Amino acid sequence: MLQQVIFILMAIFTLGMALGTVTARNLFHAALFLVGTFAGVAVLYVLLEAEFLAVSQVVVYIGAIATLIIFAIMLSRSMMGKEAGAMNKQWLFAAGGSALLFIVLAMLLSKVPFATQVAPVPPDTIEQIGSSFVGVYVIPFEVASVLLLVALIGAIMLARERHG
Amino acid sequence: MAIPLSWYLIVAAALFCIGFYGVLARRNAVAILMGVELMLNAVNINFLAFWRYVRPEEPLGQVFAIFVLAVAAAEAAVGLALIISIYRTRKTINIDNIDLLRG
Amino acid sequence: MDLSSIDLRAIGAWFHGLLISSGMSQTGIHVIEALVGALLLLIFGLTLVIFLIWLERKLAGRIQDRLGPNRVGPYGLLQTVADALKLLTKEDVTPLDADRVPYNLAPGLAVFHVIMALAVIPFSNRVIGADINVGVLYLMAVGAIGSMAALMAGWASNNKYALIGGFRVVAQLLSYEIPLVLAMIIPVMVSGTMRMNGLAVAQGSIFGFGWFVWTLPLAFLIFFVASLAEGERAPFDLLEAESEIVAGYNIEYSGMKFAWFFLAFFMNSWVLAAIGTTIFFGGWQGPFVDQLPALGVIYFLGKTMILFFVQAWVRATFPRLRIDQMMSFCWKFLVPMALVLFAAVAIILKLNLPQPLEAITLLVANVAILLTGVTLLGRTQRKALYAPKRAFTPTIPRL
Repeated sequence: MLQQVIFILMAIFTLGMALGTVTARNLFHAALFLVGTFAGVAVLYVLLEAEFLAVSQVVVYIGAIATLIIFAIMLSRSMMGKEAGAMNKQWLFAAGGSALLFIVLAMLLSKVPFATQVAPVPPDTIEQIGSSFVGVYVIPFEVASVLLLVALIGAIMLARERHG
Repeated sequence: MAIPLSWYLIVAAALFCIGFYGVLARRNAVAILMGVELMLNAVNINFLAFWRYVRPEEPLGQVFAIFVLAVAAAEAAVGLALIISIYRTRKTINIDNIDLLRG
Repeated sequence: MDLSSIDLRAIGAWFHGLLISSGMSQTGIHVIEALVGALLLLIFGLTLVIFLIWLERKLAGRIQDRLGPNRVGPYGLLQTVADALKLLTKEDVTPLDADRVPYNLAPGLAVFHVIMALAVIPFSNRVIGADINVGVLYLMAVGAIGSMAALMAGWASNNKYALIGGFRVVAQLLSYEIPLVLAMIIPVMVSGTMRMNGLAVAQGSIFGFGWFVWTLPLAFLIFFVASLAEGERAPFDLLEAESEIVAGYNIEYSGMKFAWFFLAFFMNSWVLAAIGTTIFFGGWQGPFVDQLPALGVIYFLGKTMILFFVQAWVRATFPRLRIDQMMSFCWKFLVPMALVLFAAVAIILKLNLPQPLEAITLLVANVAILLTGVTLLGRTQRKALYAPKRAFTPTIPRL
């Protein structure tokens, strides 16, 4: 009961923040709404008993990605306010398409019976994640680290100012 | 469990559609990137919901969500670097104006 | 009163019984207990700050050959209360072009993130808000919210000094988070748990010989330096360098909103000291703590105060660094050293040595890495210092 109430409140909060993100005219406000969305999603993860992911979500999304986005907004801030509008010409079609997609998905998801099992989460989930990163999924893990390194170098190369 | 699985899936679907709308409708490149992040978040909710309700004894869903997290971080870094770079040369990050290759 | 009868859990049990007897549902009791716990932590934090501000001002005064606050109350103890009252009566100014909602949200968020961090800190074996299994990671997450608050304040004030302060916040806090986290992860690796209380329990051998600061002194040093930067303290207080950017991100704030930033600053320092105590100084561990659980709180607060004292001491003593010096110190010195230490500790733990030998190997590795790092740093710095300085560099014409 309590969980359901929290879930509904958090779902409304998250979706409201997400709507704010895509509709806010001020980009900085959009970024703050985005932070709110990330926080709401983290709470949903806690309700799913995935504490590790919830905390990682806050660290990576709020601590790194949102900060980076706000940083980019600050760097290109002379752009703000000059735009004719936040939306482009096709926004009405986009809204219609997204709404249609949501309706189809929602109808599908409420119809399909998934084979759910009500099993408790094992207490050593974090250990399981850790050992599967160096066990079964060692190659994807290494590829992900190489990807991050490449992204790091690429971002520096792209963004640095060229002198002369 | 008090909350049915379909609730999570519907919230994730709604989040995905909102992000989708943001990607399609916004003019500003940074705002489009924010839409992509919303979509990735929706995907992660789905991964974790299925992990919790279908196979909680195996960490597959969580592992995949962590990979999505890593890819999202890389994507944000490179995407924002591209945006900064475009802003430097073209003095705009409005996607409608970045159409050098248009015939 | 018999001291051994003070068991803080008994109070909790009494309260629990009281709630049950009122005939509430299980969920209701759970919610109320969590709220009461949060409220207690909040009150504790806010009361503590009054004392901390007085302590730091008094210490700084003594170190700089002044008296410090000495007018209001005995030893000036009530000076902070008087200051708080003064700030309350001040006019609450909002700049005309400020971004109102983020502007007003930022001070609250700044205090909020520190109080959230208090939730996972074990005051004693039994007094802990929530002993979650991702405690160390949670502290990092909470820290991320803190830098967001400073960023919001810097942007929303619509002031160029505040904006530069905001940029500096991102640069400094994000950079120093890396060595901080690496240093925090090393004890986690040794003890095999991310629970804050688990870390304190893991250091419980006789007379404090199990403390991680003995086996991992370099990790503690890196943690301490990084925590000075995370706490925005001198020599890393570039976020509020008065002589460069006036006061950084909180320049436009006045009255009570400024007081909130001030409060968050001191509480953040204390929380960082408390984290250091828990991770490296055995937390609540101490003699006779098994017989008298209440002693744990005293040990914990005592150790934390000592660490806080060292922070204040450093702040009162050292001059401020330049921003490029600060950044290169982090990226070229702290991060590589932390990474090397991390790898070395991982290898040593994998060797599966018997206990005393493992501790000694860890200590030797720490000291060796520290000495190598400091030697290299000293050599390069000396080279830069004594490099011949010319009025102009002659250019060699290319053939």
